[in-house]
Amino acid sequence: MSHEASEQGSGPAQRSVEVGVGLGILVFGAIVVWGSVSAGIGWGAEGPKAGFFPFYVGVVIVAASLFNLASALKIAPSVLFAEWSQLRQVLSVIIPTTVYVAAIPWLGLYVASFLLIAGFMRWLGKYGWGIIAAVSIGVPLLAYFAFEKWFLVPLPKGPLEDLLGL
Amino acid sequence: MEEIGNLFAGFATVLQPYNIMVMVIGITLGVVIGVLPGLGGANGVAILLPLTFSMPPTSAIIMLTCIYWGALFGGAITSILFNIPGEPWSVATTFDGHPMARKGQAGEALTAAFTSSFVGALFAVIMITLLAPLVAKFALRFGPAEKFAVYFLAFCSFVGLSKEPPTKTIAAMMIGFALAAVGLDQVTGQLRLTFGFTELLTGFDFLIAVIGLFGIGEILLTMEEGLSFRGAAAKMNAKVVFQTWREMLQYWGLMLRSCIIGCWMGITPAGATPASFMSYGIAKRMSKRGDNFGKGEMEGVIAPETAAHAAGTSALLPMLALGVPGSPTAAVLLGGLLIWGLQPGPMLFVEQKEFVWGLIASMYIGNLVGLIIVLTCVPLLAAMLRVPFSIIAPVILVICAIGAYTVHNSIFDVVLMLVFGVIGYLLKKTNYPLAPLVLAIVLGDKAEEAFRQALLASQGSVGVFWSNGLVSSIMALGLIAAFWPIIQAGYNRLFSRPATA
Repeated sequence: MSHEASEQGSGPAQRSVEVGVGLGILVFGAIVVWGSVSAGIGWGAEGPKAGFFPFYVGVVIVAASLFNLASALKIAPSVLFAEWSQLRQVLSVIIPTTVYVAAIPWLGLYVASFLLIAGFMRWLGKYGWGIIAAVSIGVPLLAYFAFEKWFLVPLPKGPLEDLLGL
Repeated sequence: MEEIGNLFAGFATVLQPYNIMVMVIGITLGVVIGVLPGLGGANGVAILLPLTFSMPPTSAIIMLTCIYWGALFGGAITSILFNIPGEPWSVATTFDGHPMARKGQAGEALTAAFTSSFVGALFAVIMITLLAPLVAKFALRFGPAEKFAVYFLAFCSFVGLSKEPPTKTIAAMMIGFALAAVGLDQVTGQLRLTFGFTELLTGFDFLIAVIGLFGIGEILLTMEEGLSFRGAAAKMNAKVVFQTWREMLQYWGLMLRSCIIGCWMGITPAGATPASFMSYGIAKRMSKRGDNFGKGEMEGVIAPETAAHAAGTSALLPMLALGVPGSPTAAVLLGGLLIWGLQPGPMLFVEQKEFVWGLIASMYIGNLVGLIIVLTCVPLLAAMLRVPFSIIAPVILVICAIGAYTVHNSIFDVVLMLVFGVIGYLLKKTNYPLAPLVLAIVLGDKAEEAFRQALLASQGSVGVFWSNGLVSSIMALGLIAAFWPIIQAGYNRLFSRPATA
């Protein structure tokens, strides 16, 4: 969509990523097969044992990913998966979100959400503090009233809520 | 004729003030969800599903299906004004819709899109009204083997009809089945695939998977593309609407054809996206102005929109009558039915008449209300799209996290959502289809149960799936669907050879 802005950058090859994903799925399938075998794949007193169905599912996953790996190797190495600058953008969402998820048990959902929105708007959007404050305080506040008061669904709380006696 | 009485009782249920209010809220939320990048129909419904647990099931399903209609309408707005298809089946709408908007005919394009969607949906609802009870009555004869055969058919259609390589579709689907199998085995009560992790005892919830794969995954994709909105302005007023309607009257044949294509493709699952492309392609070939397609021709907006919505709506027919959803959103709705303690499938029409007919009646009224809402709110919605992504993205992340948490009040689910999000991004970038994966998580337990019951009755002989005319013909249909590309290629070669020889 933004062709004029894309200067030919470098990045990981589509081939390597496809091979990586294919291997990941292969390992997943192998784990499913292993887990099914240990749950029992034969016939028991009440018919097929617990591992019967997932065993074949795992076998099909392994077989399909072997095919996928073979066709992934045929992709030309020049095809890019994404440019490094694009992946940096993607990581700029994944890393803050990971910190956010890790912070919820300690700070509670509301304070963590406030920090996520404020940080995002400041570093990626470069907004002024006024509008940052409005959105980053407004959204958790709205969520508080919608969930705790209207839908009566308690969300995780932290030290701030304890302090305020909510 | 009993059905007509039931339908009117359904209308009476839907027209209660509380349900009308629920409907308007649902449509409005749905349009917003459809317009915002990173929130689509499937994960929008998944996020809001836990909030409807306290409602009566009929009101809850009305709200959730209305979110679905709203999201379908909303997709057309982004396609036409911003050239960003919100859902895969809106891609064909951008071909002529966006050029029309560039030429200053945004109002006409939007009116045509909304009206065609409405017509397509209405046609499909009428078809559901007439056919669903018959299909359900027929399906009452199904035993475990036939039930499994229907699931088999649904999943085979994915393999044959999707544009992704078949082995990738199969891999994605089987990952879904494997995830569904984790936890307590319902038949033997034994634990499996948990590897000693207590968090995995209850298995993977499909809602978490949907929110992660479609919600977080979509935000990551949007972020990578670095969206710069270059939208066209939309002028909407009553005059434009009525003029467009008058112009659209001459395209009734096109609309009827698109409706039929849509319904046909919607009932055979995985259909909405191919339906819109197929309808667009046929319209281009048959229209007098076919050469102008792609430059902003109204017929090029009407054809895909009508077909996509006819398909999207008729995807609910197999969900209601057979318990096999035709789209990821229908799968989430089906999951909702299970949570409310309603067993989708033929028995629903016998045991839960009020619910089924309330839902069908709400499809009529919901689409009408939706048409009115979108026609009047376009400027507002277009303004919402101009809110920069660096504000929308963190807010959507927070909404997804809250949605994932509220499913089981568990923070582990939020972590899982993030993991699913990254996996969803990788799978989407490497062309693994996500819809069959989600469908398999939802249907995995039921498909496995039918499979094992059928095998139990036959003492383990796989021949049970070919034991009578009914089950063999469904299985045969499934095989035809799975190998459809090969059959088609063979057919073409067979019949083109005499010409070339």
